[in-house]
Amino acid sequence: MEIHEYQAKAILADYGVAIPEGGLAYSPEQATYRASEIGGEQWVVKAQVHTGARGQAGGIRMCSNEREVWDAADDLLGKRLVTQQTGERGIGVYRLYVEAAVAAEREIYLGFVLDRSAERVMVVASAEGGMDIEEIAARDPAGIVRVNVEPAVGLQAFEAREIAFAVGLEAALVPQAVQVMSACYRTFGDLDATMLEINPLAVTSDGRLVALDAKMTFDDNALFRHQDVSELRDKSQEDPRERTAIDRGLSYVGLDGSIGCIINGAGLAMATLDMIKHAGGEPANFLDIGGGASPERVLKAFRLVLSDENVEAVLVNIFAGINRCDWVADGVVQAVQQLEPKVPVVVRLSGTNVEEGRRILSEAGVGVVTADSLAEAGVRAVESLEGSAAR
Amino acid sequence: MSIILDEQTPVLVQGITGRIATFHTTEMLEYGTNVVGGVTPGRGGSSHCGVDVFDTMKQAVAATEATASIVFVPPPFAADAIMEAADAGIEYCVCITEGIPVQDMIKVKRYQRRYQHAGRMCLIGPNCAGVISPDRAMMGIMPPHIYERGPVGIVSRSGTLGYEAASQLKAVGIGVSTSVGIGGDPINGSSFMDHLKRFERDGDTEAIVMIGEIGGLQEAQAAQYARDHMHKPVVGYIAGLTAPRGRTMGHAGAIVSTVGESAAEKVQLMRECGVTIVKLPSDFGTIVPKVLRR
Repeated sequence: MEIHEYQAKAILADYGVAIPEGGLAYSPEQATYRASEIGGEQWVVKAQVHTGARGQAGGIRMCSNEREVWDAADDLLGKRLVTQQTGERGIGVYRLYVEAAVAAEREIYLGFVLDRSAERVMVVASAEGGMDIEEIAARDPAGIVRVNVEPAVGLQAFEAREIAFAVGLEAALVPQAVQVMSACYRTFGDLDATMLEINPLAVTSDGRLVALDAKMTFDDNALFRHQDVSELRDKSQEDPRERTAIDRGLSYVGLDGSIGCIINGAGLAMATLDMIKHAGGEPANFLDIGGGASPERVLKAFRLVLSDENVEAVLVNIFAGINRCDWVADGVVQAVQQLEPKVPVVVRLSGTNVEEGRRILSEAGVGVVTADSLAEAGVRAVESLEGSAAR
Repeated sequence: MSIILDEQTPVLVQGITGRIATFHTTEMLEYGTNVVGGVTPGRGGSSHCGVDVFDTMKQAVAATEATASIVFVPPPFAADAIMEAADAGIEYCVCITEGIPVQDMIKVKRYQRRYQHAGRMCLIGPNCAGVISPDRAMMGIMPPHIYERGPVGIVSRSGTLGYEAASQLKAVGIGVSTSVGIGGDPINGSSFMDHLKRFERDGDTEAIVMIGEIGGLQEAQAAQYARDHMHKPVVGYIAGLTAPRGRTMGHAGAIVSTVGESAAEKVQLMRECGVTIVKLPSDFGTIVPKVLRR
């Protein structure tokens, strides 16, 4: 789960990391009021969206008077911000964060990620901040410092000192840097984060380290023990199809193609998308209905897939282990009868109770195309698409 | 022979009294698995599915001399159950549970390092379908009728793709020595390489099918191991060629976030290491017989 910059900063501030003074705004009036509350002569108005590369996309505006703050807020709110990471559709701006502008003498990159190979948390730091880590890695791969943290004892002061010196901080700033890193490490562990990034961490002219931007993602599997974190979820930032899927307990990823997919098992689902592509089609989504799927869950999956207007054919591919083909077939029949899809439906069933499932489909006479193997399923789905285009 | 599991292996079921565990314990017993007991804290002294229930793993191991266990404990408590198995001296622990927090798995992996390498428990999973040695025993949730006994070892992240491979092989008359699901989590117990080592030593296995997916670097490490240390042929498939970068595809671990984690990069590296690549998941049944005939 992702959260906004202002939420990440509030968490970091609780752990003792310095952040610029700032406040949230939902309207131009609020934005100017926040600026006057903060005081000073320069403010940054920042679109709160779940994506990176906001700066280049015009989502971050420097303002020198209240008029400019008002204008920036008026322009940004309600807009769909298109960044390198969002795709053409962009992402809606509904919240702004107004902050005191901080003059940075230097900008440092500081990140905490999960290192899958080492099975540990890794600290990543670079003397060059302010751009994304991929760009830093491309420019100066040797300049990136990486330290794996021993989970039994956590991040040690000497490790943080080594990192601080390695990114070229002067000695007087090192104790502050150690404090920032240890705060981040504690945040990461306490809240089950999967990624925590301060980029940039600014060195100010008066010798302070201040987090100018912050990003955090959390382990969805650990949200059960963090009600406070769960409450930070902002549904306006999620793809509407994916939001519906999450609320229905289905695993769904929206894609750009035309063949809607309903599959059991993440591996088989990925493999089926590959089959569709190989057969000359493009998948509209990834959808894993999981184990022990009831007819109702299959019906829900159909509703979700058919709600995507790009869908021109639906492929159901089930290899039932703990699933039952007869239940899935019941669900398919109910879906076709109740939702009356205007697109062809291709069904491949295999595994537990397959004969019963196939019998249910043929006796219901609902006009679905059946396939016996994985190879046939992909081909039939793409063929059905051509058929429906010709109609 | 087979790896990890045969009809003699004494197995405990952790969380045996739960609804899902009850169903699968019954299935495992019917298949011939030597289930010798179960553990549910607070239910010790009772019996369930025809076997004794204990309060703790240590008590269960002392009473039954079990060497393997299968975990059906819900995600918030699963890591604890795995560590309890390790501490009770279990050799092979299969964890079916999906949704264990990553930091709990970091803790589990750190805990396992208390034990010398030789005596360290082998964890299979979590978030996996388990292990089956066809016609001998199963410790998992797979549909056993799709497996036939034979010379091919299967090691797969995905459960359903493991089924797909086994059933395609059965359709062309080829069986399986053991099939192992290593699970779809970002931090898991044993790796592809761990099981390639076992299959290389196993007298019944003549070739190995390795089924990976996007995310992580384990397939690459396994392929390098196969090139440097194995004599038996390895056939590989990677799911997710069309998966977009930065998106989690169902499995918590199926995400391309860094160099080397995409399907195309893995396929390329595996091919360079001499692994026979199955390009499409529908081709296990045509490629594996050719490799076996060589």
